[in-house]
Amino acid sequence: MADEIAGGLMIGLAASLLWLGIGRISGMTGVLSSLFMLKDLQRHWALWFLAGLVLAWPAVQLSGYQTPINITSDPRLLVVAGLLVGFGTYIGNGCTSGHGVCGMGRLSFRSVVATVTFMLAGMVTVGIMNALEVQL
Amino acid sequence: MKHLIPFLSGLLFGVGLLVSGMNDPHKVRAFLDILGDWQPELMAVMGAAVVTFFIAYRFSLKRSHPLFAERFSLPALKEVDRRLISGAVLFGVGWGLVGLCPGPALVDLLSGNESVLIFVTALLVGNRAAHYFIGPAR
Repeated sequence: MADEIAGGLMIGLAASLLWLGIGRISGMTGVLSSLFMLKDLQRHWALWFLAGLVLAWPAVQLSGYQTPINITSDPRLLVVAGLLVGFGTYIGNGCTSGHGVCGMGRLSFRSVVATVTFMLAGMVTVGIMNALEVQL
Repeated sequence: MKHLIPFLSGLLFGVGLLVSGMNDPHKVRAFLDILGDWQPELMAVMGAAVVTFFIAYRFSLKRSHPLFAERFSLPALKEVDRRLISGAVLFGVGWGLVGLCPGPALVDLLSGNESVLIFVTALLVGNRAAHYFIGPAR
């Protein structure tokens, strides 16, 4: 449990740093969308955020901390899931970071509704897959 | 500072995702499996992150602007509409299928894991498909 709390504190501090530093919400969906809006200079901060985010992997590997990735290798499942997540987070204006951490942290009703909805949808999906004994 | 702050924030966010185990799809799916062999530990990740940001946000309400920018940029949307709900449902289904949401997918990118690469490519295609077929985010 200590790792989960420590990691959560780091995520919260990272979001706080971005908010108090440059007044931006650290939402991954917005950061991703910014990749396609580079003409807008107001969004260039997202590129720096993304660079830091991606470099976290090699940084943590240097420390020797174990970061396993247990993931399905079924390409069809990966494509369908990726499309759903990309599509859904875009039209829902956010994901676990923007709605889940920042939105809930500032007690936004819209974000609380979004977070409860995607968590329930995820739980139902996993429940159905396990009931059908889908092997990943 | 306008570049350093977001870079450091992204780095710390990524390290947090890795330390907490949010980057491991199997662990995320075990967390979502409330009716089966539920592993509730990831609740602590969101709890700690939300409480920390709650405090920072309260503190920011007393300030007129951030340290290194002219203003705080809050999302303009307030109402709960069909677009929000349908987006959250589709996202949740995709999240449950594989166990990856956008942040962890990006933080796992440099692992070179082929499944992660496929997922991130589809993620970007889905993002653009919604933009062109449903309409730009407001």
